[in-house]
Amino acid sequence: MGGTGVLPVGTVTSPSAGEPRFPSRKKRPRPARLVPLLPATVLLAVFLLGPVVWSFYGSFTNSALTGAAANHTSFVGLDNYSSLFTSSAFPMSLLLTLIFVFASAVIGQNLIGLALAVLMRKSNKVVRAAVGASVVAAWVLPEIVAAFGAYAFFSNTGTLNVILHAVGLPTINWLYDTPMLAVTLANVWRGTAFSMMVYSAALMNIPPEITEAATVDGAGGWKRMWNITLPMIRRSISTNLMLITLQTLSVFTLIWVMTAGGPGSKSSTLPVLAYQEAFQFSNLGYGTAIATILLVVGAIFSIIYLRVLKPEVD
Amino acid sequence: MCCTSRRGVGFKFDRYAAGDWHSPGDAGLVPAGREAKQHFMDNWGSMQGSNVKKLQLAAIGLSALTAMSMSGCGSTNAGPANTTIKVAYQQFGNYQPLEKLLNTAKSEVEKANPGTTVTLVPIKAAENDYYTKLSLMNKSASTAPDIAYEDTFLIKSDAAAGYLLPLDDYLSKWPEWNQFVTSAQDAGKGDDGKIYGVSMGTDTRALWYNKELFQKAGITVPWQPKTWQDIITAAQTIKDKVPGVMPLNVYSGKAAGEASSMQGFEMLNYGTPTPLFDSASQKWVLGSQGFKDSLAFIHKVYSEGLTPTPQQALDAQINSIVGGQWLPQSKLAIALDGSWLPSNWGPTGATPWPGWEKTMATAAMPTQNGQAPGSVSMSGGWTLSVGAKTKSPDLAVKFLETALNQKNSLSYDIDGAQIAVRKDVMSDPAYKSSSSAFGVLSDVVAVTKFRPANTDYPKVSNNIQVAMEAVMTGQQTVDQAAQAYDQAVSSAVGPAKTTGGK
Repeated sequence: MGGTGVLPVGTVTSPSAGEPRFPSRKKRPRPARLVPLLPATVLLAVFLLGPVVWSFYGSFTNSALTGAAANHTSFVGLDNYSSLFTSSAFPMSLLLTLIFVFASAVIGQNLIGLALAVLMRKSNKVVRAAVGASVVAAWVLPEIVAAFGAYAFFSNTGTLNVILHAVGLPTINWLYDTPMLAVTLANVWRGTAFSMMVYSAALMNIPPEITEAATVDGAGGWKRMWNITLPMIRRSISTNLMLITLQTLSVFTLIWVMTAGGPGSKSSTLPVLAYQEAFQFSNLGYGTAIATILLVVGAIFSIIYLRVLKPEVD
Repeated sequence: MCCTSRRGVGFKFDRYAAGDWHSPGDAGLVPAGREAKQHFMDNWGSMQGSNVKKLQLAAIGLSALTAMSMSGCGSTNAGPANTTIKVAYQQFGNYQPLEKLLNTAKSEVEKANPGTTVTLVPIKAAENDYYTKLSLMNKSASTAPDIAYEDTFLIKSDAAAGYLLPLDDYLSKWPEWNQFVTSAQDAGKGDDGKIYGVSMGTDTRALWYNKELFQKAGITVPWQPKTWQDIITAAQTIKDKVPGVMPLNVYSGKAAGEASSMQGFEMLNYGTPTPLFDSASQKWVLGSQGFKDSLAFIHKVYSEGLTPTPQQALDAQINSIVGGQWLPQSKLAIALDGSWLPSNWGPTGATPWPGWEKTMATAAMPTQNGQAPGSVSMSGGWTLSVGAKTKSPDLAVKFLETALNQKNSLSYDIDGAQIAVRKDVMSDPAYKSSSSAFGVLSDVVAVTKFRPANTDYPKVSNNIQVAMEAVMTGQQTVDQAAQAYDQAVSSAVGPAKTTGGK
């Protein structure tokens, strides 16, 4: 009831908790007060909303890098989308993208990050520092450097095969025979630190009294994890999942450097496919349509996380 | 959202990376300024009137940035207008001859036209990325070059895109234009019949082979295969007799890019009775036996271990590995490759190889079953083109005519192992004793073919590479790959521009 802005001035003598403290603020907001917000709104619209709108628009044109379409770009309606859904490359690419996101972000980064955070709380200072430093090292590397590192590790004559050979295990050409596994592992390696840090921070916010009370009540480790820890860090889980999913959806450099989407199209996720179509095959419009689909996939993931984990409900 | 912003940044990045030579100050400042404004906006919410100091600081920072970017603009506008031209060219590996030619032309033009400046803009990129970056530069008037180093195979596409200036009016007044052989003049033609580029020299393709390895394998040299089977037989012999040596390289797959289509696939396909493109009806031929036979050759040599492994062949650096490592180190016996290979091996090349003439020899690529004319070659080559958005077309054309006069063409053709296209260069004794005249390289000009470089060619070429990669890795059978190619080409160029198939 209170604080809706429709109350006449001066009728309220005892402000309720939700209302501003200063009497003058109870006035209907004057339009002039919104002026300082204008630059921010404009900047947001231009730099965040603009590209999205442009992407939607571009995906309905035959815009190209070269050829007659580059000179006379025209509106082609849903042509790009209809040829996308009838091509053999796109469904495959969509599937690869979903596998990549699910395996490397939702399962890999998320669970390993959580496990590391939980285990590090129970370990001593030295172990904590050593594990933290080595995990975060992969994360602070620039993406291109991490990608080259992963390439050098997985390539046919790379570190991994040298180690496997030295201990007498059979070697395989990771980037060629199992490209998706290689890029998934590389992405887990690179991104786990982020989840670990988010969960470390979240775990620190759990009051020890609650955990202690649960222990007194006879709850074991797993039970405490399931009934106390996870529900209390639910919001961090939701935020973390959303961030790493969107990050992983758009991973390009890592895959491009390691496998360039190949061999064939065995690791062509949507960003790689979009790049190839737009900049190698010169079909900017078609590539933009793929990028737009990627946008929609990201939005669907976000909605699922918001709905399932309900971060806003206490 | 992530992807779109990435695309946006990519565009910007490419433009900055390519060098925003008009206002280098701006190029660096725009992102920084934007960031500063963003900080400013972020802080705004938390200020609530009390944090005036921050606001003042931010304002000072902003005005300083504005002042800096304005002064940056001012300084680059100095000098009379319309007297600076930009020359965009590819810089990759250690290929020096092009840079040498452009530098010579730059100093000659600047000397002959006082007050003018020629700015060389190297684009450091491999072939595919060079095309992309050049197209992106061409899209905007503020970045478009006045002179571009342009592949003949993109001329028709780029002319249709409106990136290039028709040169007919200028060339008709250039007395030296009739020194260019007809096929070279035609190489610069657009779909509308106008000339959009002047040929710098051409190239041919043939089989390079290592005489020492052949002798070790007991094959008599000089070697001249008559059919595709002869090549396979020789490769098989080398595999059996000289272990540890890769018998044959035929470029294949997407990693090698256009090299796969032209040095690889088309050298095979144009030796079959059914070519890729029917020039009479101007249509792409689908479902042809020649196409399947060419793919079957690729499948055979890769699946029988006569070539590098598919993993090696799909290395993005394969082009420079073949000429720079495998051939000089005698790891590869036969290479289906271009006439320019010796430019790597000269004293100034990327991989100097004294005495390569004694080890390497050439043989013409035979037709499939030895049918007339017995051998086949493909030609391409690069041109210099004038950008359609140029503000000083006269100076640009002057640069073009200086760079490609007899003297400069001669030294470029010799240094760059180009096959000459000017009659007065071909007859020059210095050219006749150069590597361009080595073995069969200049002889196969008689049978050489140019690519059907119309606006659809790049799309078709990409689909050829996809089909090649599918059969070389065994992901698809020859029939499946050919069928996928037919569908892809039909949808890429439109069914009306194809003939045959289902």
